[in-house]
Amino acid sequence: MNTRKCTDPVVLNLWHPIGAIDETPAGIVVETVLLEERVSLAKTADNVVAVWRSRPDLRAGDTVEIASIADRLPAKLAYGYVWTSLGSPPQDIFPIPEYAEGDRRKLNAATIGVNVSAPRAIENFLDMGHFPYVHTDILGVEPHTEVKEYDVEISVDRDEILATRCRFFQPMASTASDGGADVDYVYRVPHPFCSVLYKSSPLDETRRDVIAVFLQPVDQEHVRAHMMLCVLDEDNEDKVIKRFQQTIFGQDKPILENQVPKRLPLDPRAETPIRADKSAIAYRRWLSQKGVTYGVIPAAA
Amino acid sequence: MITLYDYELSGNCYKLRLMMSFLGIGYKTVPVDFYPGREHKSEWFLKLNPLGQLPVLEDDGLLLRDAQAILVYLASKYDPSNRWYPRDNPALLGEISQWLAFADGITGTASAARLHDGLFYELDIDAARVGAHRLFRILDEHLWFGEQEGRDWICSANHPTIADVACFPYVILSEEGGIPRQDYPAIRRWCDRVKRIKGFIVMSGVFPAGPAKAA
Repeated sequence: MNTRKCTDPVVLNLWHPIGAIDETPAGIVVETVLLEERVSLAKTADNVVAVWRSRPDLRAGDTVEIASIADRLPAKLAYGYVWTSLGSPPQDIFPIPEYAEGDRRKLNAATIGVNVSAPRAIENFLDMGHFPYVHTDILGVEPHTEVKEYDVEISVDRDEILATRCRFFQPMASTASDGGADVDYVYRVPHPFCSVLYKSSPLDETRRDVIAVFLQPVDQEHVRAHMMLCVLDEDNEDKVIKRFQQTIFGQDKPILENQVPKRLPLDPRAETPIRADKSAIAYRRWLSQKGVTYGVIPAAA
Repeated sequence: MITLYDYELSGNCYKLRLMMSFLGIGYKTVPVDFYPGREHKSEWFLKLNPLGQLPVLEDDGLLLRDAQAILVYLASKYDPSNRWYPRDNPALLGEISQWLAFADGITGTASAARLHDGLFYELDIDAARVGAHRLFRILDEHLWFGEQEGRDWICSANHPTIADVACFPYVILSEEGGIPRQDYPAIRRWCDRVKRIKGFIVMSGVFPAGPAKAA
């Protein structure tokens, strides 16, 4: 493992998720690792958060008065998670307007440690080709293996990747499904290490479920994957919805952990894409254009 | 109807799902939010199992905890072939019990390492991995010598027993705890044999056997 800390200014200046707010106990120090640095967080009972570089006088498990904490890092609450930055982050975190809709179920399905680089995990999230083989009988099934033509654009004004017109036959698209259906997908990559997926809701054909993966880079080859759900489901208990998503993620985990090389090669000649990988090609190009070097193998200049 | 208190990503719960699939018996599942909800430490669950551990199984008013104990129960009650836990073969029962205890050791090491890496449990990760490798070495040698004698399974029988079911899950999931199986070829062959038992099912993180074709 690389022991050098992150020197990539693009990545240092990003907002990064470090924990689900509902799973953070009030008034108690929680420690985690971001970009190879130990950071601590704490919140008050009414969810005022503080984040700081860990120090010996405030250790994990200690009780703490939030107002008394000095030398803080930037902190924000968004989509159910605490976000921070080790550099100078932008004013706002990318928008997910659906999160404000009152009738949606909003959950952290789980935060799971994965032995993979953040960009490899994003690429897997964007890939539909593996559905029938890895998520058999849930997100895909043979012989429905074709990834049909879809559109990808890099939106300049929003600075994000958008893949639209994605369609895939899914035997059980969500906990609210009652059978197989052709499911519409839209993918956004609004942040180098975060992706947001919209898929047809089985309950309301005019709306879409929102599933996001927010990756906390622990180091260049390890992440904590935070899985945010913002879905329409009137019947199932939270734990049933979480279980569905954890089952899917648990199926992806060994695939992610066996990617070689662990870091994502950005040289277009390094790996051979197929047509279905259009969104991955755009993602690699976008990372190159941004000058991201952390968790990737940059293309030779 | 059998009720299994279950968490999808738990290898110990998978032991019972796998066993019931091998036996072809139906059951219903009560999901327990082990992570992140820690529901196995909740008041209602502690009434079922004061140890606060999964799995728990309920059948006919009988409440049982501990994956290995439940394997003994299920095989004794629901296996008309009397092969998974042969009640009339003392030597084999002794062997089975020995390897059930060994499976508990795999849980204490390989499963602990997986909880550390995936779910952020605080424990001595190096000790957990060293401990798992020690047990894997012992199991690999045991299986290798067995193969030389024409034995395919952990215990001295020409068919699998609950010892195989008890040891399999946390062996096959070991890479999630940073424990590769490259150095254990006999374990890898045994895993493939387990995957070809009629009724085998997977869990998240476990893949089915590939097509059985000669290379």
